[in-house]
Amino acid sequence: MIIFFWISLILVSLSVVGLLIRLIKGPTVPDRVVALDAIGISLISIVALLSLIFETEFFLEIILLMSILAFIGTAAFAKFLERGEVFDRRSDR
Amino acid sequence: MRSNDVIIQTATKAVVFIILLFAIYIFFAGHYSPGGGFVGGLLAAGALVLLMLAFDIETVNRIIPVDYVQIAAAGLLISLGTAAASILFGVPFFTHAHTYVYLPLLGKTSFHSATLFDLGVFLVVVGVTMIIIQTIGEDE
Repeated sequence: MIIFFWISLILVSLSVVGLLIRLIKGPTVPDRVVALDAIGISLISIVALLSLIFETEFFLEIILLMSILAFIGTAAFAKFLERGEVFDRRSDR
Repeated sequence: MRSNDVIIQTATKAVVFIILLFAIYIFFAGHYSPGGGFVGGLLAAGALVLLMLAFDIETVNRIIPVDYVQIAAAGLLISLGTAAASILFGVPFFTHAHTYVYLPLLGKTSFHSATLFDLGVFLVVVGVTMIIIQTIGEDE
């Protein structure tokens, strides 16, 4: 079973390398944003696999923290791409 | 163009409380496991940033009417006061005091003076982060 975890870890790490290429070369800004979000998700899976390999539960809080930060970052990027600004001064209603 | 943001506003109303609860948990977990005042403060500031993303700055300032400069100053005062209080007992600066008490529901609980210091760090991080975010956001 530990071999399976190591193989998964190597595959997820290789996918991070592919996403880094898309992050640097990406023709448009949405490509880079999607690549950055996918890198965050891949980092979460890497930490989960490492906590399985090391058989520790100290990393579980780090998984929750990274997922929260990835969610906020993705929401901020999406709003920036949609409206051109991150924080509204007041709602226009 | 008026865009539709009902999804992020509905999600934010649930997620903000989860993030704040996790921030409080990670603040109290900081002595024996990963966590502490700095990460907890960053998470609490992240919850406020998410509120500002989903709604707008004036709404957030109306529902949370605090001055973040005073928050940061109060946190700095709590931290330095905790560190300097050890001088009054004749021990060196930053000396750490702890004791064990038996609470009714929690059983054997350890009280540390480092928690008060961490509370100050928490308030400083929340205050400074929100000052930076508000300064960036108010670009008019």
